[in-house]
Amino acid sequence: MAFGLSAIFGSPRHLQVDWLLPLVGVRLDLDPLGGLFVAATGAVSVAVGIYSVGYARREQWARFPLLVLPVFVAAMLLVPAAGSATTFLLAWELMAAASLALVLSEHRREAVRSAGAFYAVMTQLGFAAILLALVLLSSAGGGDAFSVIAAHTDDLSSGTRTTVFLLTLMGFGSKAGLLPLHAWLPRAHPEAPSPVSALMSAAMVNMGIYGIIRIDLQLLGPGPQWWGLTLMILGAMSAVFGVLQASVAADLKQLLAYSTTENMGLVTLGLGAAALLSATGAPTVAAIATTAALLHLLSHAAFKTLGFLAAGSVLAATGLRDLDRLGGLARRMPGTTVMFGIAALGASGLPLGAGFVSEWLLLQSLIHSPHGDNTLLALMMPLSVGAIALTTGLGIAAMVKAFGVGFLARPRSAAAEAARESPASMLTGMALAAAACVVFAVAPALLGPTLGQVLAVLPTVGGDATGPQFGTFLRLPGVAGSIAPGLLAGALVIAVLTALGIARWGVRHRPATVAAPLWACGADALGPRMQYTATSFAEPLQRVFDDVLRPDTDVEVTHFAESQYLVEKVTYRTRLTDPIEARLYRPVVRALTTWAQWVRGAHNGSVHLYLAYGSLGLLIVLLVAR
Amino acid sequence: MSIMAAAAAALQVLAVLAGAPLVVGGMRQVRARLEGRAGGGIGQPWRDLRKQLRKQQITPRGTTLVFALAPAVVAGSTLLIAAIVPLIALGSPLDSVADLFGVVGLLFLGTVALTLAGLDTGTAFGGMGSSREITIAALVEPTILLAVFALSVPAQSANLAAIVAATADNPGQVFSPASVLAFVALAIVIIAETGRLPVDNPSTHLELTMIHEAMVLEYAGPKLALVEWASGMRLTVLLALLANLFLPWGVAGADPSFLAVLVGVAAITVKVAVLAGVLAAGEVFIAKLRLFRVPELLAGSFLLALLAVTASYFLAAPTR
Repeated sequence: MAFGLSAIFGSPRHLQVDWLLPLVGVRLDLDPLGGLFVAATGAVSVAVGIYSVGYARREQWARFPLLVLPVFVAAMLLVPAAGSATTFLLAWELMAAASLALVLSEHRREAVRSAGAFYAVMTQLGFAAILLALVLLSSAGGGDAFSVIAAHTDDLSSGTRTTVFLLTLMGFGSKAGLLPLHAWLPRAHPEAPSPVSALMSAAMVNMGIYGIIRIDLQLLGPGPQWWGLTLMILGAMSAVFGVLQASVAADLKQLLAYSTTENMGLVTLGLGAAALLSATGAPTVAAIATTAALLHLLSHAAFKTLGFLAAGSVLAATGLRDLDRLGGLARRMPGTTVMFGIAALGASGLPLGAGFVSEWLLLQSLIHSPHGDNTLLALMMPLSVGAIALTTGLGIAAMVKAFGVGFLARPRSAAAEAARESPASMLTGMALAAAACVVFAVAPALLGPTLGQVLAVLPTVGGDATGPQFGTFLRLPGVAGSIAPGLLAGALVIAVLTALGIARWGVRHRPATVAAPLWACGADALGPRMQYTATSFAEPLQRVFDDVLRPDTDVEVTHFAESQYLVEKVTYRTRLTDPIEARLYRPVVRALTTWAQWVRGAHNGSVHLYLAYGSLGLLIVLLVAR
Repeated sequence: MSIMAAAAAALQVLAVLAGAPLVVGGMRQVRARLEGRAGGGIGQPWRDLRKQLRKQQITPRGTTLVFALAPAVVAGSTLLIAAIVPLIALGSPLDSVADLFGVVGLLFLGTVALTLAGLDTGTAFGGMGSSREITIAALVEPTILLAVFALSVPAQSANLAAIVAATADNPGQVFSPASVLAFVALAIVIIAETGRLPVDNPSTHLELTMIHEAMVLEYAGPKLALVEWASGMRLTVLLALLANLFLPWGVAGADPSFLAVLVGVAAITVKVAVLAGVLAAGEVFIAKLRLFRVPELLAGSFLLALLAVTASYFLAAPTR
């Protein structure tokens, strides 16, 4: 089984050359852009594949998910390789169906079924939007193959372009988890088995971004300014909203899912900035923004794979996702703790983390965009920097909470106390992803040539503009600024060692080190219930952002019958719901339910009636088609 | 990069190491005198450090490596910042390794390390302090980045030496609206980040009000010494950086002479002493804000920073 899995998941990385494979109506056409996504998906799949060996055994997976997992991976590898609209749609739908089947693999739980239904509806709506858009595009573009469409894009009317842009943005945006179509993400990702969550969150959401790049920016582009503007606004809103929800989430996997929305928002923001900048004639800075977006996409894939795999390892060991009941894992599962630490550092965008270099690039491109007299740019860029800055600040809070509350301190429940370290195969899978994180953090130069090749085929950049020069020092064209992540890491290690050395001053006078109990404020012993939980940790933030998060808080005070000054008990209950879901989705669902109730009157179970419906329908079709 | 520039960078680190306890002591002394007390003298923090460094190491039961390493990470990241930023001379060999974003990131790396240490103890105080600290840090970060943005627009670079050099070459810039707004915003967030009044009271040990002190409550002996030393160094470096970003005079050039380095040392000493004195004197007259009023202060500084950026965009002449 181990051989089978790794053979299936192992993706050839040398696919980054152009080749053509005509099958029966299936057209595969892999260019560097697609190759980047294929390589990213393949790399994620290798780590997840090795991890799944141990996970499947520990969780006693049925045969079904093991069968569907390779299909899902294959579909994801096909999407960026598709060379025609039909192939693309086929692969896309295969990917959606396979992922749905995997989400439902623990279908005996009610929460899984509800999440599955939610996911099914949203993914199929997205598919319908993409289908419509691609049908429009290929009928107007005079062919099914992307290359044919690309040759005819100049003939398209602006109305068609706008319609296709909006439809695809809806479809791809929902797959990438962008606002306001993100609601499936925090539902489906926590309920899916963890290797599947990792694949969905690190590889499948990338396909949404791929779609936006391929269809909107490459085939249709270069678009008018408002396209870039729309992408930027959507991206910034998704980033801030996602991270805000992540910082108050108490469910480990839900926190990671919201963080996916955040990071895809940052990627979209970068792409939008690139589109806007190239539309206003600044290809050099646009190249930096595009590089930032692609690099962030890749580093997100690395740290999110690791995050979900580590969360899965915790889930397998304790059966818990609730941070409020975890804790104390650092002593019980040291390997997993280190892995999650690396992932959290990457997600928080701090130096030495995987996300730092790409966020640095993104900020540089926004700050150094030449605005001239363009008021739009002069207004958008500071606002975007503000949004990104808020996102990083809150992202740090979210990740400190996930790591500090989930893994450090003392266990908050019996299940967390009984945790055991995961088997070697799971740790190996995680170690691979961790190695990728370290490369992104310390030596992004290794990715320079690959990204350069991808940049060359993107129209938002243009052929002559050069991207950032990756080396030991990361330098930007036209901007006097540089960082050297590798040297910075080395210097920090030296500085920390120096600090440790300074602390040894006076060591001759010290008595031997002793272990002592923690200060319990004079009480007997510290109980686990005295600790801060994830909810209490995030309470100040929740209070600060009260107006956006709209928490549902109940305080119930019961008094003794004898005197109202004596309190018998106080019940405090707070519930956080997604405000967008409550405002936007519920009315739609309610209207649909009402409508469905109304239609149900026509279904009374009589076969005769159904036959009549059938013949009536056929007659109408014939009449219309005549 | 010359030998002299490298020596100046090394001197910066040493000066921050040696000067930080003196800055803290000086501020305490100013406060004590203004409040009518005699005070412990400027050298008191140094004497405290020596005393604590000779005490027994104590490992609280149940804590992990995170708790043990956090003081060194805070101190190390601060030392690295001291080596990068142009305090005495411009040409630090590490200048091109990290720009202002990198420096801000390093600063937060230290904050995060202490926050995790607070959580690692698993006591109510540790968690409380961490939760409060991270809330403030999350709100401080946007302001710092925006202020950086405002400063790097006129200099066309976010590398610190370039910003300081650009201001030194073009002194009129200091009084531009963008610069003034950015200064005020940055001053507020530095106060918040170093845990001074009105955001946090460094001399409190009252559970309802403390933030930073609650996180480090379990540290004792040499580790506490390192934590206190590091927090003094953070204050010193940030004050010096603030001074040099907005008043860059006296900073030696990229290839300084011996005399220029001496002038640089004298200039930065005077600037930090004046800023610290003003800060300490100001603290006498204000009380600590309620924790949930702090976000309002930080939102105000965020707004100032946003205005600074907008001003730098709209009021500056088109750059290209």
